[in-house]
Amino acid sequence: MNEVNEQIAIDHGLKKDEYKKICDLLKRTPNITELGVFSAMWNEHCSYKSSRRHLKKLHTKGDQVIQGPGENAGVVDIEDDDAIVFKIESHNHPSFIEPYQGAATGVGGIMRDVFTMGARPIANLNSIHFGSIDHEKTRNLLRGVVKGIGGYGNCIGVPTIAGQTCFDECYNGNILVNAMTLGLVNKNKIFYSKAAGVDKPVIYVGSKTGRDGIHGASMASAIFDDKIEEKKPTVQVGDPFTEKLLLEACLELMAGKSIISIQDMGAAGLTSSSIEMASKGDLGIEIDLTKVPCREENMTPYEIMLSESQERMLIVLEAGKENEAKKIFDKWNLDFAVIGKTTDSKNIELFFENKKVAEIPIDFLAENAPMYDRKWIKAKLPKENNFSKDDFKSLKLSDCLNKILTDPNIADKEWIWNQYDHTVMGDTIQKPGGNAGVVRVHGTNKAIAAAVDSSATYCHAHPLTGGKQVVCESWRNMISVGANPIAITNCLNFGNPEKEKNMGEFVECVEGITEASKYLNYPVVSGNVSFYNETKDKGIKPTPSIGGIGLLSDYKKMVTMELKNEGNYLLIIGKTEGHLDQSIFAKNILSNHDGPPPEINLFNEKQNGLSILNLKNKNLIETCHDVSLGGILTAVSKMSIKGNKGVKLFPIESLVNKFEYFFGEDQGRYIIEIKPENLEIVEKILKNDSIHFDKLGIVESDKITYGNELKISIGDIKEGYKRWLKEYMIN
Amino acid sequence: MRSSVIIFPGSNCDRDMDVALKKFGFKNQMVWHNDADIPKSDLIVLPGGFSYGDYLRCGSIAGKSKIIKSVIDFAKSGGLVLGICNGFQILTETGLLPGILQQNKYLNFICKNVFVKIKNKENKYFKNIKKEVLELHIAHNEGNYFCSNDELKSIADNGQIAVTYCDDKGNDNEHNNPNGAIKNIAGIFNKDKNILGMMPHPERMIDPFLSGEDGSLFFENLIGNV
Repeated sequence: MNEVNEQIAIDHGLKKDEYKKICDLLKRTPNITELGVFSAMWNEHCSYKSSRRHLKKLHTKGDQVIQGPGENAGVVDIEDDDAIVFKIESHNHPSFIEPYQGAATGVGGIMRDVFTMGARPIANLNSIHFGSIDHEKTRNLLRGVVKGIGGYGNCIGVPTIAGQTCFDECYNGNILVNAMTLGLVNKNKIFYSKAAGVDKPVIYVGSKTGRDGIHGASMASAIFDDKIEEKKPTVQVGDPFTEKLLLEACLELMAGKSIISIQDMGAAGLTSSSIEMASKGDLGIEIDLTKVPCREENMTPYEIMLSESQERMLIVLEAGKENEAKKIFDKWNLDFAVIGKTTDSKNIELFFENKKVAEIPIDFLAENAPMYDRKWIKAKLPKENNFSKDDFKSLKLSDCLNKILTDPNIADKEWIWNQYDHTVMGDTIQKPGGNAGVVRVHGTNKAIAAAVDSSATYCHAHPLTGGKQVVCESWRNMISVGANPIAITNCLNFGNPEKEKNMGEFVECVEGITEASKYLNYPVVSGNVSFYNETKDKGIKPTPSIGGIGLLSDYKKMVTMELKNEGNYLLIIGKTEGHLDQSIFAKNILSNHDGPPPEINLFNEKQNGLSILNLKNKNLIETCHDVSLGGILTAVSKMSIKGNKGVKLFPIESLVNKFEYFFGEDQGRYIIEIKPENLEIVEKILKNDSIHFDKLGIVESDKITYGNELKISIGDIKEGYKRWLKEYMIN
Repeated sequence: MRSSVIIFPGSNCDRDMDVALKKFGFKNQMVWHNDADIPKSDLIVLPGGFSYGDYLRCGSIAGKSKIIKSVIDFAKSGGLVLGICNGFQILTETGLLPGILQQNKYLNFICKNVFVKIKNKENKYFKNIKKEVLELHIAHNEGNYFCSNDELKSIADNGQIAVTYCDDKGNDNEHNNPNGAIKNIAGIFNKDKNILGMMPHPERMIDPFLSGEDGSLFFENLIGNV
């Protein structure tokens, strides 16, 4: 066995003082297996050592929260006996190295987190970020990631109902792949990872253990350099078929009463799953590694403990239930092995070929894991641009609109979601491409809306505002489909936390998320942190992805975004002040990347949203779409394209110029379509509630018109909007 | 009317099919692939999914599974056998239906609504459907139907082409072919028309809140003719 020394520890991603702490705690030098276990538990990905103290501030409580952060996934109550289990997780580093497998196993991992808790997955979502469209790797990465997500989710038979795709050169060296899953569970039958009781059998089920993914979690805790391609062997390989069997077998076993606790083997495999179960139960655990089903010959204890082979679960069973459980796994043709037991030693003890090969007190690995108070700097609010008349002089509304609708970050993403099975399970009532995906709660009148959002541009310009904005945007997406927003899960993608600027971005984004989620009563119930998204000293923009869910108590009252009928009025809810700084218009048309992001007014945000839900409950809204990237005219165009109907825009009753009005990205706004006979009552309700609104236009013909200044046919803008991504991928 | 849906490991449209069959009045039961016998049925359905992972040719392992002998016996005795998507692939693997399903022309999985034209109504599957064109839904990676010229001639001559991809007006030309299937074929019968394999999923189109309702027409007709 290798002799362990400081250099070997450093090669495992540990810092010098961390290695010293290990030796001090153990009062001896660890052996190689023990060092491997420490490195797996103490890396950033598993220990949250840079983020923990800040994550504690997140708003995690609410009437509907059954389980907040700290479990495999969060759980919220959706009335009756139903609950939704959901979480988002990053798989960034592996997806850059091997896009298909990286993305596929990201989807597999998050689904396991959800069904580990006893829930049947009912929807998948994703948020994917790529480098500049001109970068040589972007097409391949995009193609591989989309195929990987589809390859896994389609095979399992869980619909992918919504997602988000962004391009920005900051992701040239570090793409982001964030996968989210929602599952449905009876709220009285939720399974947790906390072990309980001594001498209970510890069971290994699922795929065999191979040498793939060894050190995956450590790799995800490091920055990239020129040799990143050499890390390919650390990317796990997915087997969705086995996962499907594992899902069905676990749910079958869970229908009985033999499970005490269950945990999937995700990052850091057997190491983190066994330690987590024991740690939460304040117990010890003993494992005989000889009994672990292995795919390859001569695997060492070190390799078995650190493998990240996929589709594996660890279960603590009630004693005596082994045969009952084994029958189920035999039926599904999955490996089943009793590999150890719980103990009262509070140590993890590993045996191999009748010899003890490791013994570590569990609290050294969990509670005593390093926690850092990293230095960080507060971001200043950038100075506003003062665009002058000259900046707009030569611009035409129609040219600007065409350019914006074919901007990679706006253009239609159908090429992507047509590759995801979004209708399997027969309950998808709003497909990708809308404000949010919506699936019915099978066999009930209820439906769940879900969406993922991020806005790195705003977060980069001012992290605090950006953090707030993403939460609000997610909230708006729920409102727009007529759902009551319930809770969120966050995937915090950031650069190198050892850099004060990046750490500051993290701290302030978390602060913004906290402030908004508290105010909107939209708590965070799960999530993960991905640091070190950095290549050769260049980090990504701060990119928190927020996955939100909402409840429709009557799915028949769901709202969609396509325009419905000629003669209906469009109102814009919320005030339009023409904020162009950091907008798509500023970047794409004016080539300006400066200034502050649009301000967030949480009071208005909440009032506006609640007023829309109120109107919807009174059946007064035909259509709703929130106004986000690209402003009013982009939003109207998308509604027109989807509904194949034009709009006559009314003269602006505002002091701002038409470009600011139509392309500004002021927050807290929605466009709603109202029947003429309901106009009066809607206006009355809005005035009564002191909600700011303007009459925006009327649905008519097949063109979008604005006086003499804009006349553009829906067919024309649709063509460019729909074609961009398809053409990009063919070239 | 009794139906049986066979569950292979990796099937994933089994529940959807169960829901649809029951909605339209079938007494449906689920049958595990490792069982040797199928309970008495008027209709057997092989559902969509990725049987045995489909890591080999799609449907090839399912085509050799324990239950499949009973399916073949049932079909050969004239029983109604419906294979949707992976079920269609399995039926071609067993030889009950001619031809093969290869990877889609543009090499991508496709999930979207399509129109199909009903080419033959002289059978229990389409007999009383009033429409000529149905809007259904596809979700597959290997739906590109292919067969030899001789086979093509023979299935065409025998009225075995069940449905073809088309536009909303029923034009089944190359512009309306999502996956490269020969002659736009989306579904075929055996000679006796008691076996139907098709790529589109009628079970996903049985409710106005889903992708559409033309699937309802299919099941309503089927229960009426069984």
